[in-house]
Amino acid sequence: MASDQVTLLDLWASPFGMRVRLALAEKGVKYEYSEQDLMNKGALLLQMNPVHKKIPVLVHNGKPVCESLIIVQYIDEVWKDKAPFLPSDPYQRAQSRFWADFVDKKIYDFGRKIWMEKGEDQEAAKKGFIDSLKLLEGELGDKPYFGGETIGYVDIALVPFYTWFYAYETIGNFSIEAECPKLIGYCKRCLKKETVSKSLEDPKKVYDFVVMLRKKYGIE
Amino acid sequence: MGEVQALQNTMGEVKVIGSSKSLFCTRVEWALKLKGVEYEYLEEDLLNKSTLLLQHNPVHKKVPVLVHNNKPVAESLVILEYIDETWKHNSLLPEDPHERAMARFWAKFADEKCLMGAFMAFWKEGEEKEKAIESALESFTFLEKQIQGKKFFSGDDNIGYFDLVMGWIPLWLNVMEEVGGMKLDDPQKFPSLHEWAQNFNEIPLIKDCLPPRDALVNYFNFTVNYNRSMAEAKQ
Repeated sequence: MASDQVTLLDLWASPFGMRVRLALAEKGVKYEYSEQDLMNKGALLLQMNPVHKKIPVLVHNGKPVCESLIIVQYIDEVWKDKAPFLPSDPYQRAQSRFWADFVDKKIYDFGRKIWMEKGEDQEAAKKGFIDSLKLLEGELGDKPYFGGETIGYVDIALVPFYTWFYAYETIGNFSIEAECPKLIGYCKRCLKKETVSKSLEDPKKVYDFVVMLRKKYGIE
Repeated sequence: MGEVQALQNTMGEVKVIGSSKSLFCTRVEWALKLKGVEYEYLEEDLLNKSTLLLQHNPVHKKVPVLVHNNKPVAESLVILEYIDETWKHNSLLPEDPHERAMARFWAKFADEKCLMGAFMAFWKEGEEKEKAIESALESFTFLEKQIQGKKFFSGDDNIGYFDLVMGWIPLWLNVMEEVGGMKLDDPQKFPSLHEWAQNFNEIPLIKDCLPPRDALVNYFNFTVNYNRSMAEAKQ
């Protein structure tokens, strides 16, 4: 729709922001990317997300949508003629929503603890993280993507976190590939797709960002 | 073929694995009743989980689980959307994508900030309790704004998805306030929300699914003592 005005308020390193970038790329939607300074939040961000004051925020024809998975579902429903993210069968849709919710509850929380905690708490987070990835491997099975033959909702929810794996591994001193080779193989397969490779950030740059965050929070 | 017969033919076999005191499970029952779907309710003893529950929700091992023609769906908000998509009449979610996104946004906010906030205010003690109450009150202020000028959160005369998600407020919050010694649903601070709660609880199918108040009081008394002793054991 040529008259659509689409803006994404985002932070380059955010895996949640990358989900939205990937969703927009899959649908071929043209948009304006607006990098936000979260240390000095701008008037537009505060106006568009007064409740959480967080990114990502998708602004479509002046109306904001917040929370990454809600934005991804919105994108799927508005630009419905191309690359559907959710299957058409209600039961399969429910399974996709369940697993995307699982990624939100487990991958992000455990990942965050890996780079923010130390000692026993960090070890517990590493274990929880690997256990969660193994459950995801089980759900993936023999399919090329969680969405089947094409990228779907769960893939969009999960794959951006791959850009943070190098940071988790380096800070946590462990190898995710050694424990979950199938999942890493899957992530690398996703990256071969142009929409994915251009939406995801360089893991080394993300690592430098996390190092900077740790210094800022006084974690050493 | 009559409408009711046609509906019953499309229902299939529907079971809810739940706990009568769980607000998450009651949401699912309300949704099924709104759609006129008949179901079998299987009461779960959460201290002694059944093989059926563990089989149908191996990932989280929690209630509610909806089992439709032997296929399980877990997580209450995922179940609500499944119910809405499977039985399409009496829509729970709005048609317009932006309005749908808003309903989902507020549901997530309400569960993460208001409900979790209320739980924190309920079981914490001392200074932590005060902070939790303050934080929960801030979250409730957003809800008050959302309901102002409307009878239901859906925006019309029939309840919808977000009304069901907020349905814990009239009874569960009231019990948590009594047992936990705190007040969040203040009619002076949140007059519109308070009025919504009264309208919501008057609806017959809503009332029909509510657990008895004293059973809920006993349940919350048990959980507050249980949680506090677990917290003490950790120290």
